Amino acid sequence: MAQTGRNSAEGYSLLVPALGVMALGLAAPLALLLLTSLKSQSGLGFAQGWTFAQYAAVIGRASYRVLFLRSLLISGAVTILTVALAYPVAYFVAFHARRKFVWLVALTIPFWTSYLLRVFAWKIILGFNGLINSGLMRLHLIHEPLSFLLYNPFAVVVTLAHAWAAFAILPIYVSLEKIDRSLLEAASDLGDGALRRFLRITLPLSMPGVIGAAILIFVPTTGDYVTPELVGGPRGAMIANLIEVQFVGAGNWPLGAALSLMGMAMVAVIAGLFVAAARAGAKAAR
Amino acid sequence: MSFLSLRAVTKSFGGPAVVDAVSLEVERGEFFALLGPSGCGKTTLLRMIAGFETPDSGAIVMDGETMNQVPPHLRPTNMVFQSYAIFPHLNVFDNIAYGLRKLKLPKSALRSKIEAMLATVRLEGLEDRAADQLSGGQRQRVALARALVRAPKLLLLDEPLGALDKRLREAMQVELRAIQRKVGITFLLVTHDQEEALSLSDRVAVMGHGKILQVAPPRALYERPNCREVADFIGEINFFHATVREIATTGVTVNAGILGIVTLPRDNLTNGIKEGDHILLAIRPEHVGFADAGVAGEITASTFLGERNHFQVCLAGRSEPVAVSAAAAPSGQAVHLSFPPQFLIGLPSGD
Amino acid sequence: MKSLRLYALAYLAFLYLPVLVLPVFSFNNSEFIAFPLSGFTIRWYQGLAADTAMQHALGNSLKVGFATALLSTMLGLAAARAVTRYRLKGAGAALGFISLPLFIPDIVLALSLMLLLGAGGLPLSLAAVVLGHLLICVPFALTVLIARFEGFDRNLEEASADLGEDPWMTFWRVTFPLMLPGIVASLLLTFITSFDEFLLAFFLSGTEATLPVYIWGQLRFPERLPMVLALGALILTASVALVILAEHVRNLGAPKTTVGA
Repeated sequence: MAQTGRNSAEGYSLLVPALGVMALGLAAPLALLLLTSLKSQSGLGFAQGWTFAQYAAVIGRASYRVLFLRSLLISGAVTILTVALAYPVAYFVAFHARRKFVWLVALTIPFWTSYLLRVFAWKIILGFNGLINSGLMRLHLIHEPLSFLLYNPFAVVVTLAHAWAAFAILPIYVSLEKIDRSLLEAASDLGDGALRRFLRITLPLSMPGVIGAAILIFVPTTGDYVTPELVGGPRGAMIANLIEVQFVGAGNWPLGAALSLMGMAMVAVIAGLFVAAARAGAKAAR
Repeated sequence: MSFLSLRAVTKSFGGPAVVDAVSLEVERGEFFALLGPSGCGKTTLLRMIAGFETPDSGAIVMDGETMNQVPPHLRPTNMVFQSYAIFPHLNVFDNIAYGLRKLKLPKSALRSKIEAMLATVRLEGLEDRAADQLSGGQRQRVALARALVRAPKLLLLDEPLGALDKRLREAMQVELRAIQRKVGITFLLVTHDQEEALSLSDRVAVMGHGKILQVAPPRALYERPNCREVADFIGEINFFHATVREIATTGVTVNAGILGIVTLPRDNLTNGIKEGDHILLAIRPEHVGFADAGVAGEITASTFLGERNHFQVCLAGRSEPVAVSAAAAPSGQAVHLSFPPQFLIGLPSGD
Repeated sequence: MKSLRLYALAYLAFLYLPVLVLPVFSFNNSEFIAFPLSGFTIRWYQGLAADTAMQHALGNSLKVGFATALLSTMLGLAAARAVTRYRLKGAGAALGFISLPLFIPDIVLALSLMLLLGAGGLPLSLAAVVLGHLLICVPFALTVLIARFEGFDRNLEEASADLGEDPWMTFWRVTFPLMLPGIVASLLLTFITSFDEFLLAFFLSGTEATLPVYIWGQLRFPERLPMVLALGALILTASVALVILAEHVRNLGAPKTTVGA
């Protein structure tokens, strides 16, 4: 039983340090970001007055719009690919693996290693003189290195799909694990074969995990910097790369700020729509 | 001289009162029980006495001192928790010695104190056992020892036997009673198990919806419940609707429907009932008898329970069967029931 | 199902492939990271021993890591206790707020913090990196510690109070020992997260590079790549070892206070 109202003050005082750090490190900076986006760059500082010029610039320039679209498409592709590849593995561990804990640990260990190093490793693997090309050449399967492997959206998608795999496996696993096994037995008892049972019972019941995984992957990947920077090349650049340029050197901080906030807003809206659609779909199915 | 005095103690958690103006006196050295169904407020009351919750209003007085503002670690009470709360990182010895740290006893004195307590709860030899290697019954005894070794003035027990199987529970009930007699400490037990409350206690307070319904020794509670809730909660009982015709010193005459006009002893009527009132006439199954003449009925079910048989008897004009408990089964299904007036109790009907 | 198991194993191979590239080629006797393998060597590791810039960056990473681990665990411990042991209104909102950084792109976090430093007239520094790392590590610490607090019979602290101990002694004699595995796990996991973190450090560290920032700087020099691989392999091994340790400790001595025969 929790302590009473008498001790609430004590409780709040325990919560304050963490909240204080978050306010300092998150709320204040984001507020500043918002304010900055409403200014314009003037030399090394900001001009007087407030303006929506940055947002107009973001929406107005075709190249920016293309970049946003590409980022969303890449994240979308990463999300679909990662979830689709991860689902069978999560299913296997939830229903057929004997030592689940070992499998789960084995599946998550790679993700505790440096993200930077993993992206770098993919660069080595996919490069013109990289592992895939040199391996295939050595095996005489190709005569010239494949050039489509690196410095394009393909490389970005593959690298990100690898990087976010754990975020797909775990939520899907958890929702599969929660399914009451007697429901499956009942379905069999009532005449469903394995595939039908999967489609009618397992898949629908695991949807919350799938949707959770999708959001968990989609939202952060749109804003990723390292992967497009290392393996994307000019054709695979995403929003974060453009934002970085604005802030480094004598860039345009207000524009960078506006790009950041627009990016976050867009992602939030899409994610929100997705969740709403999923809920509506679930209700309709009932 | 009462040791624990609760005066109009009230507590709510943002809704209706969970404990509603409860007043109670517990005597020194008593084995007292708070009995009631889940949700009646008994555990909240216990936690307020221990100091884990604060009353919204009212006073908790122990030995003449008001305890409302005193934190749990400074109260002269100790509690045996429902989950036993044995510290998993300490062995039996350290668990029991936990509360004695402040006394800074020399090692030998501490050891003999603990060993004496282990003997009292019959756990000799287990001092070095790890907490997670104890059975349920052993944990319960460690929890008891841990609380008793501090010689509190009041020991609080929160459903201490609920998690034990029937045989162990009955054995522990006997031991608990014996230990209480031996150490002479006031025990306050909270339980929903009426058999436990009745068999262990000197007095029982029955609670319902945050209020105290009746406080009495077990026998009085069983034989003279003062309201429907108490009568219903303690053991099994049959109710009949009746109207009071006349109250006289020689007896109370009631019009009891199928049972006819009956006169019961004056003492069997709960105080405050007046002539003309609707009442409930209650009688325990073991007091309803099979006779050659009386109210006619038919046995619709019978259960063999070892030393007694339990019957359901349907009477004409009454939808609910009458529960009868008798040693011998009558022959045939058609029977007559007798309702000896000395066992009929008159309770308020609660309308 | 055979085919499913095969798929799962293939997937596992896919997950580990890049991770294994690093150690394998760190022992490869060639400046080019390509097949065929050219024989075994440890010269890249030996090169690391002489690389003072790298060692300085390592020192910085360790400082930041320790500071982050300690601070995020302390903040997380207090917050976890508040949320699990007290009836607090708005606890859910507070937790959501604290977890918000996990849903905001790193780059936005980094740049916003840069704005904050600029507005406050403060320089980019390792301290700024620690602040950034706290944003992403406190939620982790909270998750681990809340789980630990919830698996812990609340009556134990009440029992301690009941037996005469004031709140401070109750913390030391009961709460802390039982929370210790969770605390150690939190320290390890937040340390690893901070140690491996690149983006926030890149933007906030200024002149004092952390190890990932140092590595990033080396990536444009092809001749330095094998040494980067060697360094990477070492970091990888250390991270994996710490994670396995953390998982082991986290499940250690999970208190079993359930009543049973």
